[in-house]
Amino acid sequence: MTTIGSAALRVPLQTAEATSVGSPVLNISIFGAFVAITLVIVLRASRNNKTAADYYAAGRSFTGGQNGTAIAGDYLSAASFLGIVGAIAINGYDGFLYSIGFLVAWLVALLLVAELLRNTGKFTMADVLSFRLKQRPVRIAAAITTLAVCFFYLLAQMAGAGGLVSLLLGINDRLGQSLVITVVGVLMIMYVLIGGMKGTTWVQIIKACLLIAGAFIMTIWVLALHGFNLSTLLGAAIETSGNAAITSPGLQYGVSAITRLDFLSLALALVLGTAALPHVLMRFYTVPTAKEARRSVVWAIWLIGAFYLFTLVLGYGASALIGADRITAAPGGVNSAAPLLAYELGGSILLGLISAVAFATILAVVAGLTITAAASFAHDIYASVIRKGKVNPDGEVKVARRTVIVIGLLSIAGGIGAQGQNVAFLVALAFAVAASANLPTILYSLFWKRFNTQGAVWSMYGGLGSAILLIALSPVVSGGEKSMITGADFSVFPLSNPGIVSIPLAFLLGWLGTVLSRTAEDPMKQAEMEVRSLTGVGAEKATDH
Amino acid sequence: MGSHPVEPVAGSGAAVDFTEVQQTEQFRELRKRHRSFVFPMAVFFLLWYFAYVLLADYAHDFMATPVVGNINIGIILGLLQFATTFIITMWYVSYANRRLDPIAAELRHELEEAAPEAFIDPAGGTK
Repeated sequence: MTTIGSAALRVPLQTAEATSVGSPVLNISIFGAFVAITLVIVLRASRNNKTAADYYAAGRSFTGGQNGTAIAGDYLSAASFLGIVGAIAINGYDGFLYSIGFLVAWLVALLLVAELLRNTGKFTMADVLSFRLKQRPVRIAAAITTLAVCFFYLLAQMAGAGGLVSLLLGINDRLGQSLVITVVGVLMIMYVLIGGMKGTTWVQIIKACLLIAGAFIMTIWVLALHGFNLSTLLGAAIETSGNAAITSPGLQYGVSAITRLDFLSLALALVLGTAALPHVLMRFYTVPTAKEARRSVVWAIWLIGAFYLFTLVLGYGASALIGADRITAAPGGVNSAAPLLAYELGGSILLGLISAVAFATILAVVAGLTITAAASFAHDIYASVIRKGKVNPDGEVKVARRTVIVIGLLSIAGGIGAQGQNVAFLVALAFAVAASANLPTILYSLFWKRFNTQGAVWSMYGGLGSAILLIALSPVVSGGEKSMITGADFSVFPLSNPGIVSIPLAFLLGWLGTVLSRTAEDPMKQAEMEVRSLTGVGAEKATDH
Repeated sequence: MGSHPVEPVAGSGAAVDFTEVQQTEQFRELRKRHRSFVFPMAVFFLLWYFAYVLLADYAHDFMATPVVGNINIGIILGLLQFATTFIITMWYVSYANRRLDPIAAELRHELEEAAPEAFIDPAGGTK
């Protein structure tokens, strides 16, 4: 109780300063140390970047455990860490629903996608989708959907970086935040340019360990304050918030029939989106065999599952020790729950560590997305479509490196433009686009013998187009209080997540396009893909240096 | 490697008749074992997940029923989602190790021995 009392006393002080908690200098120093250490590691890792397989797939030399940790690093973005802890702290149980969707989704990857994909592809998602279909149209479509998903995800992370600094570094004005976004972007370009997939993977491994360790320590701390009893913790959260409803669903999504349907749509996008995220799929190529790909997913599931259990404790912990009012009043709003909790528990030092980890998170996720987008452009569009395969791998890697710079600059610009946008919305959007545009084609081409080029093209463009169109016509873009465009109202579609319409539509279009097509695909290729996907025959092995 | 970054493996398929392999008893058994596990399991966890989501979405009072102290049915069902995810993961790994990997490895070795030239790793294996 004394904690709550002293917390209440500290409120006026903080709102008066209204810029940051803890010491910005300490936050920056810890973050600087992280950047310095990872840069050295990236430089060391980059010595062996010779071939395309080295640059895109880290020579396929990572173990399942390493890759699984890197996947967790890739997946647990700042939106999951800050966003979910904040959502639980404010909306209680409804925040918990996010983490369940994000975790269960990994079973789709484990059971249906990871190993088969590792066995049939080489560098990108398009390798698998175009394996037995017509190269050109399918590859272009897959590259476009890859770039679209990466772009939305990148915007979310960069916008998140801007919001985070306002809280942690005391930089409140737009110019200062833009400067920080630029610094994050330039650092990320350096990592990816120098380190390739190997360097990026190491950054993700380090970041995942720091993030999970940090969350673990805070979780134990919060539990210790409540006698290691979940019921006591929930009781304290109910007491601070004065609302018993925070331990059961409905606070956020139970408001009306529309919000309930919206939640259903979100749940669908979350569970089906993960196994179709291009930057997650590309990670499966960094291991030598399908068995290691399986091991990667198993590691990822344990780490991600444990992490989301921590966020449950941290969210209710923030709710109990800090209280929803103080969190929403803080400069970073909902996203500030985790940093505020760190400050409450361990003062400036723990806050500095957690802030540095949050920054590192953004940096690592952005790097992973950038290398995926660059590989897709260089490998699928430049090498295979523009040059029709008549390019040597060195030339392809050169193009990939240039693409990294272009994407880096674009995401800096986009991040500056997207400042103040809802980060969780942009991430959920990326999941919905991935689930609509990619998942039907991935599943059909792996499991449905008759599937053909027309089905793939219809499904990918139909899924991508309908998802983006529905978002443009949703209250997220216009007509609502928190819309991007406040002056106009063209929100014909009532839900903010398009998944419930666009995902079934993409599956339907894939089927319809296939049955209406008169040109059959090469049965030899289908047989080859099926045999390869299940046996791993001829799959690329690790390169040894 | 050569000048075909598009092809998964250089010269793939030329020396091996994959349609023939696809028809062999051994391969059909592998495919059957794989699908008879992953399909029902995928249907099961998706149904269980959506049952949970629908309860959380439309049965607030039921989910708010207290069980022990402040822990209610909603919290328990949510934690059970974690538990089933972990259990299915371990179950699949043990199934794959026992029932899928041996037969896949056997087929792979047979194919690679029958036509080694078709399966030389083009990207870096020869380095």
